[in-house]
Amino acid sequence: MDWLASNWRTVGELTLSHLYLAGVPLLLGLALSVPLGWTAKRWRGSYAAVVTSTGLLYTIPSLALFVIMPLVLGTKILDPVNVLVAMTIYTVALLTRTVADGLMSVPDHVEQAATAMGYGGLRRLFGVELPLAVPVIAAGLRVAAVSNVSIVSIASVIGVSQLGDLLLDGYRRIIWGELLTGIVATLLLALLLDAVIQLGSRALTPWQRVAGGRP
Amino acid sequence: MIASLLDWFLDPANWSGEDGIPARLFEHLWYSALAVGLGLVVALPLGLWVGHSGRGRWVVSVANSARAVPTLGLLFAVALWVGPAFRGDLAYLVPSTLVLVLLALPPLLAGTYAGVEAVDPAARDAAQGVGMTGWQVLRQVELPCALPLLLSGVRTAVLQVVATTTIAALIGLGGLGRYLIDGIALGDYPRAAGGALLVALLAVVLEGMLALLQRKVVSPGLSGRAVGRSRNDDDAGTGKETAQEPVDLRAPA
Repeated sequence: MDWLASNWRTVGELTLSHLYLAGVPLLLGLALSVPLGWTAKRWRGSYAAVVTSTGLLYTIPSLALFVIMPLVLGTKILDPVNVLVAMTIYTVALLTRTVADGLMSVPDHVEQAATAMGYGGLRRLFGVELPLAVPVIAAGLRVAAVSNVSIVSIASVIGVSQLGDLLLDGYRRIIWGELLTGIVATLLLALLLDAVIQLGSRALTPWQRVAGGRP
Repeated sequence: MIASLLDWFLDPANWSGEDGIPARLFEHLWYSALAVGLGLVVALPLGLWVGHSGRGRWVVSVANSARAVPTLGLLFAVALWVGPAFRGDLAYLVPSTLVLVLLALPPLLAGTYAGVEAVDPAARDAAQGVGMTGWQVLRQVELPCALPLLLSGVRTAVLQVVATTTIAALIGLGGLGRYLIDGIALGDYPRAAGGALLVALLAVVLEGMLALLQRKVVSPGLSGRAVGRSRNDDDAGTGKETAQEPVDLRAPA
């Protein structure tokens, strides 16, 4: 507590950069996985290929991916872009499958009804299919958010600052207050993002709250 | 940058001795296998019991919610807390293994439990109907039926442990993570990148081998049918592709 009292300003700044490094890739990843997931749904034959190849990216350990990024992007090792791109890759890896499954969870008769009402192509995707897939996509987004917040802390090892700095520094100088602050702040940030996504999902699916809210 | 990376891989000094690639790779595999093995010893009986009896479900949810704790923080806290109680190599081996086992537990437990719970009740009833005892039902029906999900859990646990073993180099553990951590500390990028490529390759190869194993050992009577396809049974054509991994248990380090 003493440690936090005299360092709250640093903790605040680190929390903001943590949020930036975990949150921006979450949005970018979501934006990228919608077309990928849609492709997997539209051409059923491509499902296995799309989901397997994006899923394989997720198997690469984060520290390794952070260190490999400069080779791929031609950036400097300390550049935060490495972390942003790596986190976006992880988000796409998690969400593509979720988006595909979410879109496929829309019942056929609903799609047929939408088509019969004159919804076609993109308008049907954004007006009918995506809104109905929101609960499934939000569930995947929550997993991705919690996982991103946890992984980003490892970026301290390659010198990109965020809450992970507290963990590394607290360990090296044996300051328990700093180490525990880092852990708790990371957990709180994960919970916060999780809650925001849940609220967003509720706001986007008002029909779930009437008539007993059938999921 | 690519040229110096190639030099690192071609340098014979990096292929022999205690800090050579074969030795580090062996260490990495050994630490990972130890952690997953110990994790299985705990998670398999516990998960089977929870799934079979339907009691103690909170164990699984506690294990799952613990996954939000940042790996790095867990590693450091356990190292500072447990490490000083041991001397020599054990001072980092014990805390690292403890953390690796802790991280392997949630996916292993979830996989075992979900696997047993997803067993078709009709199969269980039939087994009891032909006079099997509770133990026989568990061993001859529930366990084989749970195998696909159980192995998904093992796959997740292996990847999680292999990734975290890399980071455990920060608290002094050997393995391929040494190249990454030492390379970064010394500003020797080729070494760090070489280590990173090796770790990534190891993870992808292990994932491929486990996926293959999963396909081989699962009873053909099961793999033909979609396991755990719960979302959308009336939507024809979505069944087959969800067969392997119905639950996403993954969380990387």
